[in-house]
Amino acid sequence: MRALKLAALMLLAVACAKENASNSTTASSTATSSGGVDLTGAGATFPYPIYSKWFSDYAAQTGVKINYQSIGSGGGIRQLSEETVDFGASDSPMSDAEMAKAKGGPVLHIPTVLGADVVTYNVPGVTAPLKVTPDVIAAIFTGTIKKWNDTRIASLNTGASLPSSDILVVHRSDGSGTTYIFTDYLSTAVPSWKASIGKGKEVKWPVGIGAKGNEGVAGQVKQTPGAIGYVELAYAKQNNLPIAAVRNQAGQFVVASVAGVTAAAAGVARSLPENTDYRISIVNAPGADSYPISSFTWLLVYQHQKDAIKGKKLVDFLNWALTDGEKSAPSLDYAPLPTDMAAKVKARVATVDFSGAK
Amino acid sequence: MTSLSAQWLDRDRRRLILEQSAIGDTIYGILTAACALFVPALVIAIAVAIFAAALPAFAKLGLSIVTSSNWDVAGGHFGAAPAVFGTLVSSAIALVIATPLAIGVAIFLSEFSPAWLRQPVGFLVDLLAAIPSVVYGLWGIFVLIPLLRERVMPFLRDTLHLGATPFFSGAAYGPSMLAAGVILAIMALPYISAVSREVLMAVPRSQREAALALGATRWEMIRDAVVPYARSGIIGGIMLGLGRALGETMAVTMVIGNRPEISASLLAPGYTMASLIANEFSEATNDLHLSALMAVGASLFVITLIVNGIARWLVWSVARTRAK
Repeated sequence: MRALKLAALMLLAVACAKENASNSTTASSTATSSGGVDLTGAGATFPYPIYSKWFSDYAAQTGVKINYQSIGSGGGIRQLSEETVDFGASDSPMSDAEMAKAKGGPVLHIPTVLGADVVTYNVPGVTAPLKVTPDVIAAIFTGTIKKWNDTRIASLNTGASLPSSDILVVHRSDGSGTTYIFTDYLSTAVPSWKASIGKGKEVKWPVGIGAKGNEGVAGQVKQTPGAIGYVELAYAKQNNLPIAAVRNQAGQFVVASVAGVTAAAAGVARSLPENTDYRISIVNAPGADSYPISSFTWLLVYQHQKDAIKGKKLVDFLNWALTDGEKSAPSLDYAPLPTDMAAKVKARVATVDFSGAK
Repeated sequence: MTSLSAQWLDRDRRRLILEQSAIGDTIYGILTAACALFVPALVIAIAVAIFAAALPAFAKLGLSIVTSSNWDVAGGHFGAAPAVFGTLVSSAIALVIATPLAIGVAIFLSEFSPAWLRQPVGFLVDLLAAIPSVVYGLWGIFVLIPLLRERVMPFLRDTLHLGATPFFSGAAYGPSMLAAGVILAIMALPYISAVSREVLMAVPRSQREAALALGATRWEMIRDAVVPYARSGIIGGIMLGLGRALGETMAVTMVIGNRPEISASLLAPGYTMASLIANEFSEATNDLHLSALMAVGASLFVITLIVNGIARWLVWSVARTRAK
């Protein structure tokens, strides 16, 4: 008797769920869900400010609620691979080995916005932006240049009064996308860096001290005369840190800006093959205005969505982000994708299928 | 007859009461035993989980995880010896600074302090334990480190000429083993002083009176009668402080400089095991990297066990010498 009752209850539940599903697929364009969370995501901390703005704007417009936990790119990739979240987010592309381990099948990389690293410094007496080349940055961060008045720095900054004090290198101690972009840039632009140190979210630094987070590096540089470090563009802008001008591939000294970063993406986007999976690096990009230490940040989604309702919601959100979302990026010091590239990425989003799902 | 049956009745009732209380005792006993076993079971479960996760790294790299000094994630080398060294040295510095201070506070509060001062001072010292460690870290970055860099370090190195020894040589940037030791000392201090104060106050009055009756001054009474009596308790307090220092993560990460290198100089930056895990865990995607971090955690677990074992042995041997 009891078993019968249970079975009847379960049947009822299944029937209800089915009805819900068919309702929301037929009327999905106007559907607003009531209460609860529709999609969950986890990953990168770097784009968290812009993502949280997107999620709240999107919820206000469509009623679709998205819960995002900024636990770091590594955690985002791990959770996506285990299928405990609906989407992941990362500052560095997944490796082939990581892609192969993802339990839900092929993973698409959807570039959303761009970020950049800036070189910040504390040199008493220097007022104009310090000019540096990739070779000089590499020499400072490997300890080959030890003093601020080294001729290699002085020859780039004629007229600046450089002190004879020691240089203190400050780098990130925690694994981070910021370090990945910085070392990716130096590996691309300076062959000896690639051979000795390489790129990664954490590398073996030959000199200097490690500080946790952008705020740790910035705090240490601000506190210590003679210090130099790297932080994210958005963080540096919002805290008015001194920013060095970096010489790009075209030989121009460029101070990082949202426009310079988008220019770098446009420079690379022009030469992209049609079938790109967008796991691409844009450091050291060509173009006179391009700022060379910049990178995409990605949302990670499965190409084959198992849940039709969630899959549809996810695709709708991605399309919204790539059109309306991009417009609000500069207000938070993130560079939007170049417009023609955003259109191509949307074509990529269209390859996500959820119709054949169970 | 009646008296006999009354006796029987009485005996029955007595047995009933006895049996009832026996049931109550059993339930109570089982409950407390469950509580007592739950906590050790939790510790064992955590240890098993950590060691299981660390196994792949130990299998591949062996003990080089704690003996090698090459920590290079990109190159696949995981040698955390500098972090082991940093954990032990920073905790040692902390104890060297905190122990005399904390015992001084405890002796003052239990022996010399006027009654109206005892409560507020004791409360404020205990309050040190309630400050979140990230606040200590921020204070370290903005107050302690500039002070060390501009005043204390030049004084130690140049004015006292300690720079001639390897322990205070080299450039002084601020974030250093010394800074970590000082922060840890402040954090361990309330634990040591609170326990010491309690055990000193628990020393029986007769012990003090006997010393005074033999003609001891107040200072001699404290030194020869009160402190030795409380010695094992004070050592227990020091070990509690040491445990705090070994495991502290956030504040140390913010001031130690996070440099995986063994240096004799206390002015040089260093690293600790807890900081290493805190720094790299969230972005570790590679399996071996993750397992190596777990192995560092497992090693910290073992080191803490060893240190605790030494502490037990110290307390035990102190107690034995006193008994003689």
